[in-house]
Amino acid sequence: MSEILRIIGDGKEIPDAGVPDGLSDKDLVEMYRWLVLLRTFDERAVALQRQGRIGTYALYWGEEATQAGALYACAATDWVFPSYRQNSIGILRGVPAATVLAWWRGFGGVHGFWNPREHRVAPICVPIATHLPHAVGLAWAAKIKHESTASLTWFGDGATSEGDFHEAMNFAAVMKTATVFFCVNNQWAISTPIHKQMATATIAEKGAAYAIPAIRVDGFDPLACWKATKEALERGRAGDGPSLVEAYCYRLKAHGTADDPRLYRDESEAGRWMHLEPVGRMAGFLKRLGIMTAEEEESIRAEAKESIAAAVKEMESIEQPGREILFEHVYASGRPWTFDEGLAELEGVERPPEVKPLGPPTGAGAGEEGKTQ
Amino acid sequence: MSQRTMVEALNLALHQAMEHDDRVVLLGEDVAKTGGVFRVTAGLLDRFGEERVVDTPLAEAGIIGSAIGMAVYGLLPVVEIQFDVFVYPGFEQIVTHAARYAWRTKGEVPASLVIRIPFGGGVRAPELHSDSPEALFVHVPGLKVVCPTTPNDARDMMLAAIEDPDPVIFMEPKRIYRAGREEVSDELPFALGNGDGRYNEVLSKARVAREGDDLAIITYGPTVPLTIQAAERLAQERGVQARVVDLRSLYPLDVDAIVEAASTCGRALVVHEAPRTAGLGAEVSALIHERAILDLEAPVIRVTGYDVPFPQFANEDDYLPSVDRITAGANKVLDF
Ligand SMILES: Cc1ncc(C[n+]2csc(CCOP(=O)(O)OP(=O)(O)O)c2C)c(N)n1
Ligand SMILES: [Mg+2]
Repeated sequence: MSEILRIIGDGKEIPDAGVPDGLSDKDLVEMYRWLVLLRTFDERAVALQRQGRIGTYALYWGEEATQAGALYACAATDWVFPSYRQNSIGILRGVPAATVLAWWRGFGGVHGFWNPREHRVAPICVPIATHLPHAVGLAWAAKIKHESTASLTWFGDGATSEGDFHEAMNFAAVMKTATVFFCVNNQWAISTPIHKQMATATIAEKGAAYAIPAIRVDGFDPLACWKATKEALERGRAGDGPSLVEAYCYRLKAHGTADDPRLYRDESEAGRWMHLEPVGRMAGFLKRLGIMTAEEEESIRAEAKESIAAAVKEMESIEQPGREILFEHVYASGRPWTFDEGLAELEGVERPPEVKPLGPPTGAGAGEEGKTQ
Repeated sequence: MSQRTMVEALNLALHQAMEHDDRVVLLGEDVAKTGGVFRVTAGLLDRFGEERVVDTPLAEAGIIGSAIGMAVYGLLPVVEIQFDVFVYPGFEQIVTHAARYAWRTKGEVPASLVIRIPFGGGVRAPELHSDSPEALFVHVPGLKVVCPTTPNDARDMMLAAIEDPDPVIFMEPKRIYRAGREEVSDELPFALGNGDGRYNEVLSKARVAREGDDLAIITYGPTVPLTIQAAERLAQERGVQARVVDLRSLYPLDVDAIVEAASTCGRALVVHEAPRTAGLGAEVSALIHERAILDLEAPVIRVTGYDVPFPQFANEDDYLPSVDRITAGANKVLDF
């Protein structure tokens, strides 16, 4: 149970294993492109927060393999259910990056939300583990309709403490739904280390309680994440029910932009994991195999930079939504009378000044204000 | 004596309660090592150790349910919910157990715990960090629900909530956590552990936050400072003196203070941030109409949040009751 699937080495002590069956050279480069796009989005979002251009942001620097690797294994018709930590996963499925940035900028409605049916990407889920039963229900519905759609959901180590995790696992196992429970074990839940979160040595062993097959993979290795997910989806589609993937890694950065990990952990620990981070590691692997040249690598990075820069521009061109946005999309069936009265009341007073993100904490008390999420 | 914010005053109260009574324990997510995301529990781990100040696993039903078990065995747990919305996974434990333990045990074993909930908007937070769920708890028989708005009240009411044998939902208006400082004495406001019922008085009485006889404005939590500003504007603009009543206790309501204010002024306005329908405003308005209708010159009006999900933060100032909206509501009552 504690064995960990790993394919990409570190170019030094850890040797490379062979490329898994089913991945062409083109696939490998494409997966790298995904990793770079996610990384670029994340770094840009952190910078925007520091400049007071978006609100508090939950970064995922270092966890790109758990996202791109797993998603690459999915069929286009499969659904994914992200938590806040996979907030930008939709950009790999056609959700505009500007929409995700707008969500963090505090815009709602058509600016910050998307139609999940269009991209098979559920909304960003903030309350821990509460989206897991949705992933189960979706795959269950596909089963009722005799369709081969599977679902995949990401969540953290901390999320496995919530009741919704256990209920979802059990439902999926009993109903034999084609669901992949993809746990990103970054060993921290804000300030709470994994040994205070659970008494088990691994998360994978929790699968046994529900008769769900489980595997541990190197969460910094996109190919290991891909392979485990691919096999899990095949099992699901064959009618053999759900799987649990434990992607073992480490939260290399802060929990969010309002968090200061120096308050509760020794940051040199993160330093010891740093050489395993997925973007540089995948690039090294592709170069060792002679699949990607330095020029190709450079052009992938440049392309990502350009596309995220365009998204930032697009997000920043959004005007503050009008007051009527409060009352939009709350009911699909129409507006209750209370909304008309509310809007009339609002329009009877002068509009407050535009709301800007708070930006980084400064001066006395900096870092004291609440970390959000 | 020392100048303290609400956060520091709550922290002082927790230190004092734990010092006084070793049955007091703190449970919650990230409360020990970092002292909570808002730092309300800072320093308590170092002072009282990890048996009494506990970083729990991430599970609100587990935290509140375990706290109930601890209370049954005689401890006095104080639970922190990280943000308003995250109490919902623990709702079941609060409604079916915490609220009914006394009733189910012939009144002999109440669930003596305090559930602290930082709540409300105005802090530019991402989705699902800004709810005002107090009315959900007010609607559950067996719970006390309180909400301080000044550092001194926060300290005194926290001590009283811990003393109180009944389960107390302790709503903390996060927007004004650090809004201002005032003198908060290191002296205890009342003797702890006397069983003299003093906590009842501290926990059940409203406070007049501004004197006046022309219009009663009844509010609580983050809208109290805004209401005081609106009252000052009314005084300047039309010479009206509004009495601002800070409820402090949301259940039970201080009916005497509410009716007295409405009867004296003949006009009343209720203000809160939570959505309107079936909120505290409805209850306060009903009480006034039931008991003081003959003294009223105008119907009671509400200025509240709207019946919509709390918006994404770029539009939160449109949702939140503002000084302008409160003043407009007051003018409506005055001009009826
Ligand atoms: C129900 C609920 N409770 C509390 C929180 C506050 N919170 C946000 S993230 C977090 C830690 C989550 O840790 P983990 O599941 O390991 O995911 P990670 O953040 O490491 O990706 C907490 C407690 C929340 N979002 N939802
Ligand atoms: Mg984690």
